[in-house]
Amino acid sequence: MAITVATPGAVSRATSSAPRDRTLLLMLPSLAMLILLFLVPLALFFVRTFTEFDGTTAEFIEQTRDLLLSQAYLSALGTTNWISLIVTVTVLLIGYPIAYYLTTAAGFGVNVVVLSIVLPYFTSIIVRTFSWMVLLGEHGLVNDLLMATGLANAPLSLMYNRLGVLIGMSYVLLPYMVLTLYAAMRSIDPSLLRASAGLGASGFYTFRRVYFPLSLPGVLSGALIVYILSIGFFITPALMGGQHDIMTAMLIDRALEIAVDWPSAALMSATLLLVTLALYAVYYRITDIRRLIGAR
Amino acid sequence: MVEMDSLIAERSTTAPMVVGLATPAPIAGAGGSAIELRWLSKRYGEETVVDTIAASIAPGEFFSLLGPSGSGKTTTLMMVAGFVHPDGGTVLVDGQDIVAVPPQKRGFGMVFQDYAIFPHLNVFENIAFPLRARHWAKDAIETRVIWALELVRLSRFADRDARQLSGGQQQRVALARAIVFHPPVVLMDEPLGALDKNLRFEMQVEIKEIQQRLGMTVLYVTHDQEEAMSMSDRIAIMNRGQIYQIGPPGEVYERPANPFVGRFLGEANLIEGTVMAKGGEVARLRLPSGQELRAPRNTSCVAGRGMLFIRPERVEIVPGTAASGDPGVNALPGNVRRCSFLGNILRYAVDLEGTAPITVDLQNAARVAPLPVGAPVVLRWPVSDSLILPAEA
Repeated sequence: MAITVATPGAVSRATSSAPRDRTLLLMLPSLAMLILLFLVPLALFFVRTFTEFDGTTAEFIEQTRDLLLSQAYLSALGTTNWISLIVTVTVLLIGYPIAYYLTTAAGFGVNVVVLSIVLPYFTSIIVRTFSWMVLLGEHGLVNDLLMATGLANAPLSLMYNRLGVLIGMSYVLLPYMVLTLYAAMRSIDPSLLRASAGLGASGFYTFRRVYFPLSLPGVLSGALIVYILSIGFFITPALMGGQHDIMTAMLIDRALEIAVDWPSAALMSATLLLVTLALYAVYYRITDIRRLIGAR
Repeated sequence: MVEMDSLIAERSTTAPMVVGLATPAPIAGAGGSAIELRWLSKRYGEETVVDTIAASIAPGEFFSLLGPSGSGKTTTLMMVAGFVHPDGGTVLVDGQDIVAVPPQKRGFGMVFQDYAIFPHLNVFENIAFPLRARHWAKDAIETRVIWALELVRLSRFADRDARQLSGGQQQRVALARAIVFHPPVVLMDEPLGALDKNLRFEMQVEIKEIQQRLGMTVLYVTHDQEEAMSMSDRIAIMNRGQIYQIGPPGEVYERPANPFVGRFLGEANLIEGTVMAKGGEVARLRLPSGQELRAPRNTSCVAGRGMLFIRPERVEIVPGTAASGDPGVNALPGNVRRCSFLGNILRYAVDLEGTAPITVDLQNAARVAPLPVGAPVVLRWPVSDSLILPAEA
């Protein structure tokens, strides 16, 4: 039995490969900007700091090792990853129901939710961080409310500690997660959910065995993008964190601003960049897979 | 007609047909449920999509809802499935009102138009899905899925990624998934719509054979009249939210209740005229040209405007002008307007005096030379094959 049925995927692949040359042309301005304003200065930064190092190669390697294995750097690295992980999980847990709501609901409610998620997205990150400081401070709105209602006897420490960093970062990064999840959830074919119910699956079973697995590529993309952004965070932890919440980006800043130690800053930046690129490679692979699974 | 009747008679004898199909062990306790649609209605805003329809479907019956798009057939199926809540009327399954029962508790098998294969599961897991949702034991699931795979001839594809399958294979997975838990009722929504013609015919045969073997009740939605006629025990022809006629394929094809049904089920000649008031067992229809045609008297033979219905393959085309004196035969003189070659048949359009051209289908038998355009001919068909229908509003 010879069956030849053209899949929709095959058709779109065939048509999308043809105008590639023109696509490249359209990308040229952004590509030029990226190269001239980002890649070239970055390369210069690395080259200059390493060529200006006055010492032997052995000394350079030793100093590099000392820096990367130093207590300060390792602890910052650990803090950075730990905070990023908690922020990612928090944002995922908050963002998943919101994104689900956006894909299923309609009308006024959706607009309100979209607006309250997207609007802060367009606001300066410093403004948003300061707003949280107003809310979370010792005499901030939250503490006033807690004490007025009798839920707390003394002001709680909501800021200048790990909790403050987590709250601030989760808030700033929530839109990235919600929008990524929303895109993935929108591509889930609703007829699959209907098929599941029609074949006898309960609502929870349908979620567990159909909806969630199909949203998984979105979950992974969202988690990675939030994690990637988290490990490079600077302003929010610097403003809202405590003494011990030193993240890698802050360490780089101190090396440049206080110690004026360019080689150390360059080394730490390079490491951070490598980790980011590695995660981005994973992200890229996953979004590619998502396109395959989306199949629509 | 004879073939149709024998096909219908064959259904009641439950002997399984085995044509090119694997033969898994017969199932104990499998069988169909009776479905009754009792004055079902559905409105969307101002529009009445389904308008107080009624039908009784017998256990083990293959029942089709046939109609053009927008006729309400899919909405009707969705009300039976539980995805659409009726605005009026009820659905009874074995006498039980199921309108308040959610879809997942109705226990029906479903095949969707776009198959709705789960893209993240392989073939085996797709078919096992209804069993896992019912928390079956592992061994039982395996046995049953292997049985279903065999039934749809996909045993070799169990581990295959469902998205790598061809359209026909995906269709088989959808079918296996719908019947794997031996539902008493299987609902199918245009399941073959996306397949090409040859494959569609092949799947029609397979679906019909599986249905006969398992004895399940099938409610089948299609807009393809050949598909409905070749598979169904009975067909409900729907239009504008209403059921125009219910009957076995032979009956609805040969004796349509109105011009719409006649036209929808195939090529039809509908000759307009005036039904004469008087007459005994034979009713007469007067054409604008003054000629008269005869047909057996039926309930549509009310004096006034009417139509005489005759299928193109029932009309004989005779060269010449000699009229017939046979009272059992209608005869009309005309001229060949066009002859189209359709492969197995030659389709003539014949101009008549004062009415629209009549279509005549001839078998493409050996040594039939097509008649030239303009040739005078006489069209003849038995009075007993004629049917008087009410004029269209």
